[in-house]
Amino acid sequence: MGLKHKDLLGIQDLSSEEIRLILETAEPMKDIIRRQIKKVPTLRGKAVINLFYEPSTRTRTSFELAGKYMSADTINISTSTSSVVKGESLRDTAKTLEVMGADIVIIRHSAAGAPHILSKYISASVINAGDGFHEHPTQALLDMFTIKEKKGRIDGLKVAVVGDILHSRVARSNIWGFTKMGAEVRVIGPSTLLPPGIEKLGVTPYTSIEEGLSGVDVIMVLRIQLERQQKGLFPTIREYARLFGVTPERAGLARPDALIMHPGPMNRGVEISPEVADSMQSVINEQVTNGVAVRMALLYLLAGGGSPHEIID
Amino acid sequence: MKLLIKGGRVVDPAAGINGENDILVEDGKISAVGNNLSVSGTAGGAETIDAAGKLVLPGLIDMHVHLREPGFEAKETIATGTRAAAMGGFTGVACMPNTNPVIDSRALVEFINSRAASEGLVNVYPIGAVTKGSKGEELAEIGDMKLAGAVGISDDGHPVMNAQLMRLAMEYAGMFGLPVISHCEDLNLVADGVMHEGYQSTVYGLKGITRAAEETMVARDIILAELTGARLHIAHISTAGSVDLVRMAKKRGLNITAEATPHHFSLTDEAVGNYDTATKVNPPLRGEEDVEAVREGLRDGTIDVIATDHAPHAVEEKDVEFNYAPFGIVGLETAVGLSFRELVEPGILTVEDLVMKMSVNPARILGLVKGTLKPGADADITIIDPDLKEKVDISRFETKGKNSPFGGWELKGLPVATIVGGRVVMRDRRLWQENDKIRNTSGG
Ligand SMILES: [Zn+2]
Repeated sequence: MGLKHKDLLGIQDLSSEEIRLILETAEPMKDIIRRQIKKVPTLRGKAVINLFYEPSTRTRTSFELAGKYMSADTINISTSTSSVVKGESLRDTAKTLEVMGADIVIIRHSAAGAPHILSKYISASVINAGDGFHEHPTQALLDMFTIKEKKGRIDGLKVAVVGDILHSRVARSNIWGFTKMGAEVRVIGPSTLLPPGIEKLGVTPYTSIEEGLSGVDVIMVLRIQLERQQKGLFPTIREYARLFGVTPERAGLARPDALIMHPGPMNRGVEISPEVADSMQSVINEQVTNGVAVRMALLYLLAGGGSPHEIID
Repeated sequence: MKLLIKGGRVVDPAAGINGENDILVEDGKISAVGNNLSVSGTAGGAETIDAAGKLVLPGLIDMHVHLREPGFEAKETIATGTRAAAMGGFTGVACMPNTNPVIDSRALVEFINSRAASEGLVNVYPIGAVTKGSKGEELAEIGDMKLAGAVGISDDGHPVMNAQLMRLAMEYAGMFGLPVISHCEDLNLVADGVMHEGYQSTVYGLKGITRAAEETMVARDIILAELTGARLHIAHISTAGSVDLVRMAKKRGLNITAEATPHHFSLTDEAVGNYDTATKVNPPLRGEEDVEAVREGLRDGTIDVIATDHAPHAVEEKDVEFNYAPFGIVGLETAVGLSFRELVEPGILTVEDLVMKMSVNPARILGLVKGTLKPGADADITIIDPDLKEKVDISRFETKGKNSPFGGWELKGLPVATIVGGRVVMRDRRLWQENDKIRNTSGG
């Protein structure tokens, strides 16, 4: 069994079987990362392009390493460095990449739906590395992988996502993923940062962090952008930290073995206190490692790979 | 020059006619309506259109169209826009002033009139700006524009946010009997929203536009209209709340009218689908309950007019990320078919109601001596074949704008002839060229 679509535009489009397949495929990939020589020939001769319209060293590096560990030819194009992309329509860029022979294009864009345009005009596989407030599917996959690794399951867990849900593509992808995998999802944040109709996605919204965190198995903290305060969505960063910051006391309301997660980069002392970020329960660094493994799995599956065990030589 | 339209069902509410009749046109005017009319005693005879089984209506008027000229000729021109109107069965269109420059002076109204006279295939009625440059700062020369032929004033697309200025505009325009056509949206509430705010905007991660953005302005303008006694016309009403506000205002006896577009009575925000920029429009496509309310408003008379808000854009402008695409849907060539499919077919409107909303009421609101087929009236006539079916083929549109979400829709009930001042400009679903002869189709 492989993936049904040529692209990964969002977790919304994946079945739970497909999510399971990606997570299973990521396991042997993680073994490769742990080796002395982190290189397998699986994607030799494949061109993987990182097309980044929005700066993100973290995600771009993760995809780049994932491609390199699998021997793909990886190329980075970012709006600031490339004249090809500058001022050119996404449609024309897509056509250019198409004729250059790209096999997989990874796109990060500030406009929701940009990956959908790309996929319409290109026969290469498109991976959404974050589009506006829409989705960031590989982040959700690495989060699910991390939880499954630590907890042995996702089904039946209580997961709380804390922060700016309205503007978060990470939150949306995670909501789709966790609900598909049978977890109970809560979203916690100030009422001005909870999107309308969110309950219809099968989650429970909370404006009290104490209520929302009580008894959960996973606390996922989102980065708060300073820009939201400037737009008047909450009064001050100080008040946000006071009302919604994840402190040791608040984290203590969750189950004793609850995981602490954050997609990074963190504003320590704002949405998460340093003690929580560095606590024994924190898996924030492992999320980064797992990000590479999950992205390797995805590249492999989209490039047409079959059983994940074939790659272990 | 005579034209005889034989055997059609003439629906002319202003004349109290709804039944099989012939219509005789002479020198651009209706000269007779009745049974068994014939042309006698003329040397050349008359050309005849067999309208058996067809609806013969007073010419349809679309009171909300963006012809884009001057300034945005890549999107549309008066020539292409009026060709689209003719194809859509419209004998007249009122054009919005948000061109470049904005139509805010006598000279620019005259420019539209002269371009329309030389290039226009149907009647064009210019709407002037409320404020200079539609900047919302100072009143435009409304009186002078009225003298030049403006039929209303509107800062469509740039709502007048300053309530005092809107009040003054209403008081001032009232002096000339001009309707103030209001695009009701509070720009602070709209912010950078791109679609209806709700579940769909949450799923797609697009900034939403709350219903309140429209409703607060509808409420404000109704209150100002009550204060000033102005003739307020609410453009493209899109929410259930707005329909309620207008209904209440009418109950209180205020002189307020409202219009709805075919896209707002045909589609919900679900049509945005996978970021289809053809569905990006202002006000946005709303929820199911709003579509129901707009239909009910049309049925019970709260909404007086069907207008398209025809808003063409160049293909490359719409073929971009959803956030970056301009707002607007083209509507001239699908309006009649959609009205039949969504309103007449399900029994929400009768054909007579449709004539009221697409001809009689727009004429009355804009102060035009149109909307009837009584002898002596201008021979502006639309003939519709209620049984004709066609699939919407966007590539065949006359408008330059291809931004329609209705491609591939099966429509039934389509205009088959558009006659402007006695001159046939569209016949059998194609534009009529100068030298085309009207075939005598009787018996064939
Ligand atoms: Zn408007």
